Amino acid sequence: MIRTPLRPLARILEARRRGENPDSIERENLRLRHEAMRDKSRARAETRLLCLGLAFFTAFTVIGARMGTLASGQPMEPRSALAGSEISANRADIVDRNGRILATNLRTYALYAHPKDMIDPERVAVELEKLFPELDAETLERRFTDGRSFMWIRRKLSPEQMQAVHDIGDPGLLFGPREMRLYPNGNLAAHILGGSTFGAEGVHSAEVIGMAGIEKALDDRLRDPGHPEPLALSIDMTLQSTVTEVLGTGMQMMNAKGAAAVLMDIKTGEVLSMASLPDFDPNDRPQPLLKGDPGDSPLFNRAVQGVYELGSTFKIFTVAAAMDLGLVTPDTIIDGKTPLVWGRFRIKEFQNKNYGMQTVAEVIEHSSNVGTARIALQIGALRQQAFLRSLGLFDPTPVELVEAPGARPLVPTKWPEIVTITTSYGHGMSASPMHLAAAYATIANGGVKVEPTLLRRDVPVNGPRVMSEETARHSVDMLRSVVTKGTASLAEVPGYEVAGKTGTADKPNPQGGYYPDKVVNTFASVFPASDPQYVLIVTLDEPVETTLPTPRRTAGWTAVPVSAEIIRRTAPLLGLRPIAPEPEPDHLLAVRN
Amino acid sequence: MTEMVHGAIPVRASDPVLPRWWRTIDKWSMTSILVLFGIGLLLGLAASVPLATRNGLDPFYYVQRQAFFGVMAMLAMVGCSMLTPNGVRRLGVLGFLAAFAALAVLPFAGTDFGKGAVRWFSLGFASFQPSEFLKPGFIILTGWLMAASQELNGPPGKRISFAVTMVIVAFLSMQPDFGQAALILFGWSVIYFVAGAPMVLIGGFMGCVVFAGTLFYESSEHFARRIDGFLNPDLDPRTQLGYATNAIMEGGFFGVGVGEGQVKWSLPDAHTDFIIAVAAEEYGLILVLCIIALYGVVVVRSLFRLMRERDPFIRLAGTGLACIFGVQAMINMGVAVRLLPAKGMTLPFVSYGGSSVIAAGITVGMLLALTRTRPQGQIGDILFKRGR
Repeated sequence: MIRTPLRPLARILEARRRGENPDSIERENLRLRHEAMRDKSRARAETRLLCLGLAFFTAFTVIGARMGTLASGQPMEPRSALAGSEISANRADIVDRNGRILATNLRTYALYAHPKDMIDPERVAVELEKLFPELDAETLERRFTDGRSFMWIRRKLSPEQMQAVHDIGDPGLLFGPREMRLYPNGNLAAHILGGSTFGAEGVHSAEVIGMAGIEKALDDRLRDPGHPEPLALSIDMTLQSTVTEVLGTGMQMMNAKGAAAVLMDIKTGEVLSMASLPDFDPNDRPQPLLKGDPGDSPLFNRAVQGVYELGSTFKIFTVAAAMDLGLVTPDTIIDGKTPLVWGRFRIKEFQNKNYGMQTVAEVIEHSSNVGTARIALQIGALRQQAFLRSLGLFDPTPVELVEAPGARPLVPTKWPEIVTITTSYGHGMSASPMHLAAAYATIANGGVKVEPTLLRRDVPVNGPRVMSEETARHSVDMLRSVVTKGTASLAEVPGYEVAGKTGTADKPNPQGGYYPDKVVNTFASVFPASDPQYVLIVTLDEPVETTLPTPRRTAGWTAVPVSAEIIRRTAPLLGLRPIAPEPEPDHLLAVRN
Repeated sequence: MTEMVHGAIPVRASDPVLPRWWRTIDKWSMTSILVLFGIGLLLGLAASVPLATRNGLDPFYYVQRQAFFGVMAMLAMVGCSMLTPNGVRRLGVLGFLAAFAALAVLPFAGTDFGKGAVRWFSLGFASFQPSEFLKPGFIILTGWLMAASQELNGPPGKRISFAVTMVIVAFLSMQPDFGQAALILFGWSVIYFVAGAPMVLIGGFMGCVVFAGTLFYESSEHFARRIDGFLNPDLDPRTQLGYATNAIMEGGFFGVGVGEGQVKWSLPDAHTDFIIAVAAEEYGLILVLCIIALYGVVVVRSLFRLMRERDPFIRLAGTGLACIFGVQAMINMGVAVRLLPAKGMTLPFVSYGGSSVIAAGITVGMLLALTRTRPQGQIGDILFKRGR
């Protein structure tokens, strides 16, 4: 026990000596100490309260002052603009890889008013209301007559509307030239182009600035007067249109709420087509969602911004890494008995199948979780991470969109062995379809790294070698056998030798865990398998195939048929020559010869 | 003599309750609050019409509801302001326990009304947000614990109240409701500051806040988007903030006129988080300055009255109540003028919301009870040169 000292000791000892009770002395001492302490703390509290009061007073004053400055600001007529100065078409056009226009400028006029020069504000207000139903005559008239000297009425006018305003014939109505950005193809490639808006606005001109997509990412290049030539994208408009159309139909048929597709040239990394549905019209960008999940907005670019757990499409990376390290060959036997118990986790197969002993090639064919997990455990966490990083799956994609740097893959911060296992079959780490496209392109490109781009490049870029050519060759062969023998049989397009891997990932619930009936389906394909040239990624968000009484949600039934249709339609446009099957020995001919 | 001996007539300990209440209450603050509530109803006539129209209700449906809740809030305020400091303490601590229990069962029985955060209980005719009621109770509890810790041989009140704070902050962050969590933290630190926090700790605490903010920024997309929107110098005119700024500009000094405002039709939160923009547009800078001045009067007057207070509990609890009341108003208006990053926070008494207005009534009622004029032992100062 700790004894508290008796205070004041001298007096207490004295009292004890005299036989008095020392408690009263101690209590008095306690009271005096208390009072001294309270006085001290009260003095301190007084200063601090004064500080607080002053702080609040200052803060309220600052808010009031700021309100005042805001309230005193009014749309003013800019004085700096030179009278009648011509504005030049200084924002460069955007064209596709064949020079067809995706974005251009159009000369229009903005309508403004000098109410003080107006002869008959009442009539002008009524006439304007007739021309533009969204205006209200009474409001207009009141604003014309409340003493202001300048007022914007409309940002853009068509030539017919301009003539009609001329015909009103009031000197108080004036026109300011405007360079307006036009996207003649409407919704086509909306997420790539982004959209634009007016920046600083004057009577004689207005700045056009990019708001999203490539318009914002390359805003400086597009506005640079030294580069008036159009900006050529890697996109092919015909392919883009085809992919969007087929993807849209597929999304509808599979009852998905969203879809994305990326078609890439593996030699150059050029993105030939990139679609994300639902989309929007960049001429009239919808408002960003103020509430709820931004991922549900049509503005959301699923192909680049949508980081999903991509599921079994990751299995080929695990197998490729193991082959490249020399741990396995396609014929190595892997123990695939279920369940694989790891700590308190039990790894099972889809529909509780049990594949038993199987070769590495069969692991990919069956899409065996247990087999992949066993291979991943041989590789180990560090080498697995290094391999995925070398494929670019840990960093944002380098595509030229303002949204791209923000779309960082979601990588687990810690990497215990259970993460090694789940990552090996694409769970626990999320990446965008664009990441997947770049990684598959690297495999298809003989193991030389491919960096995706949206700008026309023409010449192949020699990236660093990520895996040996032999590993890449074996990987593509395995992918091909997924289509010929495995889960993606619906992807067979005669003549184009599609190779690919399906992925069905449960959707994570933001409240924790996974949704039982919501999936993201992905099919990553490479074609033609004998000489890979293109990579196509198709992702469907929450699809369900309902032709049978039991709904089917695996990628093999949803994303794969959509991909097959896209390949069937685009391969001829890409100029691919169908590979004819070996002719059957023709007995008739043989007889003739 | 008989009466004195037998005590037939009860002896009045002091003068009647109501006159004494009227004599000792801070009339300036109370008037300001009543005026603020009136302004709230007036703005509700403008701001809640679009919401009612959208929901297919009678145009002034929400005004009537607000008037009903407001009257309840005024009653709560007057009732609370009649309490003695001991009564305030009891009510506050009991209220805290009840609200905390409600907060704790929220994850099981609460609803999110499709807004992505489980903050409400649905009662059918109205909803109930326990975190609003938690705040005044929490402040009283903290004030009590801190005051007790200043006694010699007192309990370790600072540590206990800090632990309580952390638990509440954890609960609120889970919802997630970072705004209320920040308010709770703010309330605690203000009380700790007045109770005599060492300067080193204050510096360290600020460092922690910065660190935690960075952490949230990295981990929560919701949070990061709001901060990014604030740091971005060019304002997209089609965001809520853009509309609010436009409305303030449009309103100018005297406003565009009653019922003429446009912003309320475009802002989903015009009747709560951005009601000040509606006020600025329809009634101009004049009304906004009035509102700011009224909040200023309540907060600054209360703080100055508390400076003279000798009872540590009254001082600390009163400071906490005045500060969370003031800071809530400050954050709401600071967001609308883009001095602060976007954070949903209601304007006490003015914004629409049943829980919010009743809780504000309780908060201010307790504040008024604590700032009532009472003997401060000045005579002791004069006679004995020492307090109490």
